[in-house]
Amino acid sequence: MNPGQQDRLADLRLQIARFEGGSHKTKPLPFGLRALDEHLPGGLARGALHEMIEAGLASEFAGSTTLFTAGIAARLKGPVLWCLTRRDLFAPGLLRAGLHPDRVIYAEAEREREILPLIEEGLREKGLAAVVGEVTRMSLIASRRLQLAAEATGVTALVIRRWWTLAEKDLVQLPTAAVTRWRIAPAPSELMPAPGLGRERWQVELLRCRGVEPRTWILEACDAKGRLALPADLADRSDQAADRRAAAS
Amino acid sequence: MTVHTVGSRRVVRAACAAAQETGLHVGMALAQAQALVPNLHAVEAAPDEDEASLRELARWAIGYSPVVAPDRPDGLWIDIAGVAHLFGSEEELLADLTSRITRQGIAAKAAVADAPGAAWAVARYGAGGVVPTGRTVDAVATLSIRGLRIAADKLSALHRLGIERVGQLAAMPRAPLVRRFGRDVALRLDQALGHAFEPITPLIPKETPTASCAFAEPIARLEDLKSVLLRLAKDLCRQLERRSEGVRRLDLLFQRVDQKSACIRIGTARANRDAAHLAKLFDERLQTIDPGFGIEEIVLVASKVEPLTETQTQVRGLGDAEAEEADMGQLVDRLGARIGMRRVYRLAPVPSLVPERMVRRIPALAPPTGSVWPENLPRPTRLLNPPEPVVATALLPDHPPRFFVWRKVRHTVAKADGPERITPEWWNGDKGSAARDYYRVETEQGGRFWIFRDAPTADGGRWWMHGFFS
Repeated sequence: MNPGQQDRLADLRLQIARFEGGSHKTKPLPFGLRALDEHLPGGLARGALHEMIEAGLASEFAGSTTLFTAGIAARLKGPVLWCLTRRDLFAPGLLRAGLHPDRVIYAEAEREREILPLIEEGLREKGLAAVVGEVTRMSLIASRRLQLAAEATGVTALVIRRWWTLAEKDLVQLPTAAVTRWRIAPAPSELMPAPGLGRERWQVELLRCRGVEPRTWILEACDAKGRLALPADLADRSDQAADRRAAAS
Repeated sequence: MTVHTVGSRRVVRAACAAAQETGLHVGMALAQAQALVPNLHAVEAAPDEDEASLRELARWAIGYSPVVAPDRPDGLWIDIAGVAHLFGSEEELLADLTSRITRQGIAAKAAVADAPGAAWAVARYGAGGVVPTGRTVDAVATLSIRGLRIAADKLSALHRLGIERVGQLAAMPRAPLVRRFGRDVALRLDQALGHAFEPITPLIPKETPTASCAFAEPIARLEDLKSVLLRLAKDLCRQLERRSEGVRRLDLLFQRVDQKSACIRIGTARANRDAAHLAKLFDERLQTIDPGFGIEEIVLVASKVEPLTETQTQVRGLGDAEAEEADMGQLVDRLGARIGMRRVYRLAPVPSLVPERMVRRIPALAPPTGSVWPENLPRPTRLLNPPEPVVATALLPDHPPRFFVWRKVRHTVAKADGPERITPEWWNGDKGSAARDYYRVETEQGGRFWIFRDAPTADGGRWWMHGFFS
């Protein structure tokens, strides 16, 4: 390939990058875990829509998903907008992931359908770090809108999919335009030598991500700075565990 | 009680509730009143002062709605169409309004109805409160005809015919009614029943910055409204710039061709005079305006202003902390215009350990509190409010449970931590509620719950589910 062609290629790449919007200008947010950051291209893309789904015992309350999302929001810099309809969020719990109450502005909608416009309104504000939304219904078109709004400003959209009935649970499985979709389920934590509880463990599943294969990790929950960790006793065999699960299903 | 002079007689003009209980009534001669109540305290009426204070009250009431008009001598019109949701509901608005007026030492009665005339009658001669939409006729029919705002001589003529109630009057044939009592009785009747429209001319205090635009040809298209709105906003912002003020609350009044009016009110979280931003706040609600046959006049009123000193125009992208701060103000405005300013908030820590009391709401743009909850307390991310009862079995008294049944599902506890005792806070008014022993439990599947026992097992403590870690 001669130098002229290379220049032309670089030029085309630049043009494509320009078409694809601003999301490529900012670096993704690393998880600080090699297993995740190598699997995903560098970490979680900023200026994109991410979906979180809870799977577990009391999944309608989305306890671990909330902490997982708060951990991501805490590691971004700047204020966070949290759009919700139910008042079951407990702010002192978010502090466990390092999300300081001064950073969070809450917008409480009366009806579910008011939430998506609120998220979009937040995404159009460049000064925000992230917009967190608790949503039951999100159509392909609505998610596309949010994704475009996030791309335009570089604000990260984190959507917690919540559901209260079985019909709504099925709705959550429908495809959306989100860049990644995660499923978080609690996992048994390490047995402590004395009575008590160790750090929480989650089974974090990456269900969907453009250009990346789905994968499952067992991780330790967010610490006070929102960072996840690889369990010490599982560090060398998390792949095998995932393979076993894949073979079983 | 106040008195005034009618001809050569001294007549009671107004009497407070206590005076009315003793048998005094408006229109009674002073001599007769003094005979009834020996140490009667009578003050010369000052109609001018009364009117001035009524205007003052009307200006205060602009805090509720842009369309407020004094109704001499003792009433106020407030058009709450399109603003009630800012207070939650019409009932809440009414309760808030009356309680605040009462706290100022003014006896007040208020009513909400579809038609101004109906509200007038229900507030004065009915039970007050909110008349549901479409029930105006039912609410007014049983009221006295004095609630119709008709002249005293016509009132007595009607009384002589044995007509006491609005319903009776409404049942009379229309043509003889008009012939006998004149057109205004019929009009008042229609206004009270909501059949005839009655405009309320809003009181706009003189010093309030306003921008208005009247059209030779009525306009109705949304795009036209938007462009006019932007022009008005620019005009208003120029005025405000001269006065170095910024808007905190903005009212947009529409005058329709058929004399009906509509209004939209928006609030801003901090003083602002960015015309484009202000015009944008109306966008969402502008679609709800029904232009009817066309809009004749649009008035933009800055009903609440605050001093705003000149600030340097920020350049985006310089990464200035101050610029981000300003942006939040605009974002909060836009969110507030959609769902109401009260629903946009931040949560601040309260120095308390009772979970239900650990947070309080503060305005979204309040200065950072800097304080946090104690970080060493493990707290769930979701709280059940109120807590739900669970059936739990502990192996030993005062041990964490081994099994529990919550929402008909049985969970086996694998690991647990606790108890963490949270005692009632008597200084916050907790009475009798026992100390709670909180346990963090992890089930075999890994789900973590926050459950508590409301008394020691020996005292018959019951178990409750209160929160979710996962």
